[in-house]
Amino acid sequence: MRPLLIAQIGLTLFVFIMLLNSAAVMVYVERKVAAFLQQRVGPYRVGWQGVLQPLADIVKLLFKEELRPKAADAFLFALAPIISATCAFAAFSVVPFGAETTLGGLLPEALALQVADVNVAILVVFAIASMSVYGIVLAGWSSNSKYSLLGGLRSSAQMISYELSYGLALASVLVVANSLSLTEIVNRQAGAWFGVIPRWFVFLQPVAFLIYLTAGIAETNRAPFDFPEAEQELVAGYHTEYSSMSFAMFFLAEYVNMVTVSAVATNLFLGGWHGPFLPEYLGWIWFLIKVGAILFFYVWTRWTLPRYRYDQLMAFGWKVLLPVAVINLIVTAAGVLYFEL
Amino acid sequence: MATLNHYLVLSAILFAIGTAGVFVRRNLITIFLSIEIMLNAVNLTFVAFGRSLGVADGQIIVFFVMTVAAAEAAVGLAIVIALFRHRETLNPDSWTALKW
Amino acid sequence: MIFYVFAAIAVVASLLVIAQRNPIYSVLLLIASFGALSGLYVLLDAPFIAVIQIIVYAGAIMVLFLFVVMLLNAPHEDVERDEYTHTHRGAPGDVAPPQLLVATLSMRLGAVLAVALVVELVWALGRGESEFGVAAVSSVSAIGHLLFTDYSFAFEVTSILILVAMVGAVVLARREAS
Repeated sequence: MRPLLIAQIGLTLFVFIMLLNSAAVMVYVERKVAAFLQQRVGPYRVGWQGVLQPLADIVKLLFKEELRPKAADAFLFALAPIISATCAFAAFSVVPFGAETTLGGLLPEALALQVADVNVAILVVFAIASMSVYGIVLAGWSSNSKYSLLGGLRSSAQMISYELSYGLALASVLVVANSLSLTEIVNRQAGAWFGVIPRWFVFLQPVAFLIYLTAGIAETNRAPFDFPEAEQELVAGYHTEYSSMSFAMFFLAEYVNMVTVSAVATNLFLGGWHGPFLPEYLGWIWFLIKVGAILFFYVWTRWTLPRYRYDQLMAFGWKVLLPVAVINLIVTAAGVLYFEL
Repeated sequence: MATLNHYLVLSAILFAIGTAGVFVRRNLITIFLSIEIMLNAVNLTFVAFGRSLGVADGQIIVFFVMTVAAAEAAVGLAIVIALFRHRETLNPDSWTALKW
Repeated sequence: MIFYVFAAIAVVASLLVIAQRNPIYSVLLLIASFGALSGLYVLLDAPFIAVIQIIVYAGAIMVLFLFVVMLLNAPHEDVERDEYTHTHRGAPGDVAPPQLLVATLSMRLGAVLAVALVVELVWALGRGESEFGVAAVSSVSAIGHLLFTDYSFAFEVTSILILVAMVGAVVLARREAS
């Protein structure tokens, strides 16, 4: 077999395993950061400083009994977490996380650190994100319980509404970057102005960055937009009737979606893997640092802000975020035309 | 290697399936789904012909067809909801007021 | 080879859409069919249309269908017990065997017409070969350029069409103010 093919397969497996690990790490990070924000210690018993806590959680979930309500539609009940998890992983497949590498000369030609290099990469991420609505709405419907159905419908309505602002924020970056391929967009952010300020798009498009992050938080059903799965409101929303590994699938999907949104935000706005001091082939370290910063911001927002009520949430998405995104797109297009970027 | 005729035959089969669905089914939602199948078959024809001629016009027409299909689905489903509120059934045979 | 896989998925899923009783399964099968069609668009060097198909059709229109089906709690279609379609059919307690889905004369005629359509189209198209000899135009910028120059009028009219559809859908589905 050709070494490039082996390297490609190895890369795919590597990305998959790293995403699984990232979900586990996020479980720990979330609990520790939440604890420190609330001035307590968090998990500290399992392993040093509680580092093995995610492992304990997974073992517990694996040993739980897999329940299914008798009146639930069996096929859809089993299909919903599969759709959620699959779409979450598939969306990361077109996100590049490092510069092209030849693995120190082992490979005949450069291998892009990306599972699939398509030239409409942003749209593919958007498309797969819009497919993940089905996992939630089918989970709500097939559980045949009123909390689940309400949670599922509300959650999917919220996700669809915020997809519009998400897409418009992406479109603003496209107008500036002149390409749909994530690799090209990142490479356009190399270098620095005056040698000091990096050429990141967040300095050219600050409004789009904020809109993107807000819409991303709403898309992944995280606080403060997590009304549909809030414990105090709807028992547990669309995953009320799920237990054991199906429940774990939904949470895996949520964390991997967070990682994907952060990774795409890093590539679009924060310059991807470009950074000072490190050589080009170690760019993935910068990528990890930036993605980690955005994930920390995610957890920080969750435990700081109160939750939006559902009608406030929808009103915000349609009456505030969407007009701002449209105006931002128009101003960006006018600016690009005027400054001949 | 799939030639143009392969795509056209596939599109014809899909269109026929959609037509059969409109005739055979007695549920308004499924009739709408069959109409969507027909529209998709037409989209496939457009893209195939656009590809064989080497122009982008096929894709642009598909863009417009998708938009029109979205608008039609929205309005059609709103009508279905309004009809369902009057008679609690989705069977199109129950609305016979215009029959002679 | 891949063409046959996608084509088979599209045809089988579409057949099951019109053969299913449960409307939710019909919607999900149609989504699978759209996914297969999206793969065919990629094979036809139209990646933009493939992604737009997923975003618009499978991701938005089908969600609309799913919402309507769930909102109306759409009942399973019951061919035999339906009092509107079959007023003279059998005793009230009859159980419908599955092949009676094409029971009445009109349904049989419709199915025959569809089969005739397929046979005729396949025969008409089955003659002659044509390879994709010319280069493909698939870049998004080419599509955008054409969209805003040659087809700009249609583009603007479509935006008004969507606005009309939005307002119409809200007005039609509104409950009577009582």
